[in-house]
Amino acid sequence: MIEILWFMVDVMLVLLLLALAWTTCSSRDVMRAVTLFIAMGLLLAIIWARLKAPDLALAEAIIGAGISGALLLSAIRDYPSTAIAVDRSPLMHSIINTFTMALTIVMSWAAWHGLNMSDGVRLSEQVASQLAVSGVSNPVTAVLLNFRAYDTLLELAVVLTAVLTVLILNDKRADSTAPGPLLQGMTRWLVPLLVVTSGYLLWVGAHAPGGAFQAGAMLAAAMILLQLAYPSIHQGFNLYLLKILLVIGIFIFVLTGLWMMSVNDDFLAFSPAHAGTLILVIETAATISIAAALTLAYIGGRPTGWEADNHGNRAMTEKGGAE
Amino acid sequence: MISAGAASSILTIALLSAVIVLLLSLFIGLIRAWLGPSVEDRFSAVLLIGTGGVAILMILAIVLQISALYDVALVLALLAVVGTVALIQSERTHD
Amino acid sequence: MIDSLAVLAVFFGLFFFLSGSIGLLRLPDVFSRLHALAKADNIGLAFVALGVILLEPGLLNDIKVVIIWLLVMAASAVSSHLVARRALRKERDDD
Repeated sequence: MIEILWFMVDVMLVLLLLALAWTTCSSRDVMRAVTLFIAMGLLLAIIWARLKAPDLALAEAIIGAGISGALLLSAIRDYPSTAIAVDRSPLMHSIINTFTMALTIVMSWAAWHGLNMSDGVRLSEQVASQLAVSGVSNPVTAVLLNFRAYDTLLELAVVLTAVLTVLILNDKRADSTAPGPLLQGMTRWLVPLLVVTSGYLLWVGAHAPGGAFQAGAMLAAAMILLQLAYPSIHQGFNLYLLKILLVIGIFIFVLTGLWMMSVNDDFLAFSPAHAGTLILVIETAATISIAAALTLAYIGGRPTGWEADNHGNRAMTEKGGAE
Repeated sequence: MISAGAASSILTIALLSAVIVLLLSLFIGLIRAWLGPSVEDRFSAVLLIGTGGVAILMILAIVLQISALYDVALVLALLAVVGTVALIQSERTHD
Repeated sequence: MIDSLAVLAVFFGLFFFLSGSIGLLRLPDVFSRLHALAKADNIGLAFVALGVILLEPGLLNDIKVVIIWLLVMAASAVSSHLVARRALRKERDDD
């Protein structure tokens, strides 16, 4: 009986997901598409939860629904209400159709093959056996921040590169609708709650689902909400501090790695005694950087006064260096 | 983190049927989101999944005995709000 | 005993969720739909949360559930107000 019920739950989840995905992609109205995309992100979080993967559920809810949704909204801000797909030539149509068909066939084959494969090497046992010396008790955090720390460092570098590209290309986008007093009133208690939740996710990531990426994205969501409710709030922000915040994650990460290299002869080889503390320090710095990066990406470009700041630098260089 | 005490099987059956009914109500609500003539009807999809999803997650936390799902429910609720606010406030050029 | 009370609470909440969704689908106007969604879903969540609290042994998790419920109530009240205000403004602009 229970298996039948689980089956029905799964079938309904899959149908909901397919319906949301289909309507998202086939919408001619971009606003409708983005709304359904956000709804789909939230549904995916529920699906991950049902699959007993709370870390993924957290990441999907915050990043997939919140941040991606906000970024998409930021992107379509200058579109007309019903953006119709461009007229394509019949040749383009057939190329797209063939490609999509090929992709579907390949992915179906891969899924089928994967379902019928034997179990293979299960890495979870290796992770579990080494968990005691990793410094944390949450296996996902152990993998991300200890066993595969180098990958996480590179991910942070990718995020930074993306944000640098945004900063180079654009000025800050124009503000959107003027917020009313009710929104500002809600923001006053919601933003502190979001910040506290972000800190909680960061702290609890050592022994329960959570971690730097979730915490950083949640902090970015808090900043996005703040920006929506008080549109001029970014103007007073110290831009030098902002630049420091952007890079502090990678900086602390590399510094720790080099220190471990001097102690243990290997870049990012954590000594078991200090691993827990080091991971927490790295995660805190990474959280701040991720939050700064995602917020800047949402704002859409250089905040006000960025160039004035840099003009000062350039003037000094032209005069032959700082005096 | 696993909480103590396993749910009996009748309880599990009852809770699972509750989840199915909740998913059904999500489905019904989403029909309005797909059809809805005005854009506010679309926003209600996000609100709907925000509350309905929280209920589903809380029940799943009991059935699957995973305490972390309460955190996921909290995060889901928070982000449904931020998402709705972002949707509303980005509306300037879409009237 | 407590289990049956909890299941009863959850099913009571389901009734409200379902009626909220059906209201969302069938009511004629954006405003009445929002009304159905916000009010009915929140009461439904309250009952589901009550059932979950009865079933969940961990005290910290129970506190989390109460916090989530309060948050969803406050946040969905403000969100649905914002959506309704926007719908009203758009309606006035059209006239």
